Amino acid sequence: MVPLVYFQLLSAALFIIGLYGVMARRSAVLIIMSIELMLNAVNINLIAAASHREGWGSFVNFDGQIIAIFIITVAAAEVGLAMAIILRMYRNRATVNVDEIDLMKW
Amino acid sequence: MLFQDIIFWVLAVTAIGAALGVVLIRDLFRSALLLAVVFVAVAGFFALLSAEFLAVVQVLIYVGAISILFIFAIMLTRNVREGNLPNRLQLPAVLFPALLLAALVVAVVSSDWRPIPEEELGRAQLTQTQAVNIVAEETLAAEGFSTAAALENAQQAGLADLLIGAFVLPFEAVSLLLLAALIGGLALARSRGG
Repeated sequence: MVPLVYFQLLSAALFIIGLYGVMARRSAVLIIMSIELMLNAVNINLIAAASHREGWGSFVNFDGQIIAIFIITVAAAEVGLAMAIILRMYRNRATVNVDEIDLMKW
Repeated sequence: MLFQDIIFWVLAVTAIGAALGVVLIRDLFRSALLLAVVFVAVAGFFALLSAEFLAVVQVLIYVGAISILFIFAIMLTRNVREGNLPNRLQLPAVLFPALLLAALVVAVVSSDWRPIPEEELGRAQLTQTQAVNIVAEETLAAEGFSTAAALENAQQAGLADLLIGAFVLPFEAVSLLLLAALIGGLALARSRGG
């Protein structure tokens, strides 16, 4: 089996790429896409940790997989809502660039 | 080099390359397609980690539904023509993730990721029995699950057991959340009223 450290480093790399996308890009759609990248990185980390627990005999540990299922569900709900908000925003302001959306700025 | 290692490296290069493409490419439509590639590679990682159910769920939900939603959002807004523009935060947006990556790599590499040692296993299992609700091997053998494969299959049911057993409250809460998000999304995206 591939060592746990490799999966953790890969997950860290994906998370960082997503973080860069969130911080550096203007388009709201791309920011949501980067958030999905980060959530996927977290899922890899959880599942890798869950399936690298050796010495448990007949005990198979599914806790990591369960939490990953919840993360996937919440991510799906989040994307659905975010897309609705973005479409609404585009209809009202004719833009989805986050630095032009300053409605709630003082 | 083992077969699993080759698969891992192929998937890792695909995932990281496609993820870099998602954030760096100017054309937003291509970023959405590359994001689907990342999702498929992550599903491959799940299969590699013997989480087959999650691999299937990943393909169904992420590749099948979420990617399509992103493509719809890009097509319905004027994003395709404007492209993937950077904002004014370039320097901190490179510096902060680079620092965080360095910190994460140091933390991962310098930590001692051993499984639970043998002498503490009994205590650890005792605290876990509440959450890990899996039928013991003796019981399964008595029920007629004799081969190793059948035994493994029977124990795979642990995921479902956990989901509607120990984790039933979060499970119901998440279903309520999905319903609320569905109604909220409908109310927000409706063209009249709201």
